[in-house]
Amino acid sequence: MTVELLWWEGCPSHPDALTDLERVLREEGVDAEVARVEIVDDQQARRERFPGSPTIRLNGEDVVPPGAGEPFSLTCRVYQTRDGRISPVPDPEDVRAAVRRAR
Amino acid sequence: MTAIGDRAPAFALPDTDGVERALETPAVVVFTCNHCPYALAWHDRIAGAARDYPDVHFFAINPNDAERYPRDSADAMRERVERERGWPMPYLRDESQDVARAYGAKTTPDLFVVDGAGVVRYRGAPDPDHQDPSLNASWLREALDSVLAGEDVARPETDPIGCSVKWK
Repeated sequence: MTVELLWWEGCPSHPDALTDLERVLREEGVDAEVARVEIVDDQQARRERFPGSPTIRLNGEDVVPPGAGEPFSLTCRVYQTRDGRISPVPDPEDVRAAVRRAR
Repeated sequence: MTAIGDRAPAFALPDTDGVERALETPAVVVFTCNHCPYALAWHDRIAGAARDYPDVHFFAINPNDAERYPRDSADAMRERVERERGWPMPYLRDESQDVARAYGAKTTPDLFVVDGAGVVRYRGAPDPDHQDPSLNASWLREALDSVLAGEDVARPETDPIGCSVKWK
């Protein structure tokens, strides 16, 4: 499984996202290296189809696919936890579900 | 750049109805925006404090570059206020970013508590954790309680946490 964490320094959330991701991978018994990709400008954001920081992709698939028409730019992503709260990182259970799908 | 103990920079900025609003004290000046998950997560707690402290003037100021971040445009701000209804504070557009620069705002959100004499008495985050609504803007409320009682603020400064201000 390929695992990528795309991030931008303008959002302080990527360390939390990485911690959650590595914990879920460990709990699911997935031995995969997390490739950390820093996005530094809008051109790269468009090229990488980066909808905001942090973005986690497993085998190239976003763990929480962005809505259609979401622009690709240097921004912070808005996620929702499973209990409906706004969050700067994906709900770990959404990450877990994506890991299970990607196996 | 404004430090604790400095006079709060005055401002006059348009709200979402186009009406200019000037700093009045005592006040809470919050740099915030539409697109940042930290600002959104803390918004209800800050709004709750605005309702609970009716003698304090709350100002939400959006300084982000709307050209690169259209979700922070004046139109988007107005639509948000209309959609969410009942905002207990004006939502002001800092198009030139001069006010954000004068305060030294770093993130959205970034809060400043200003006492009745116009002096900055607290700067930082609303509470320790954007993920925990039960904290209820505790740092902000502690600062307001001290200021309104004429006492020193025990914790005058915390690290603002959020998305970087989007400078032009």
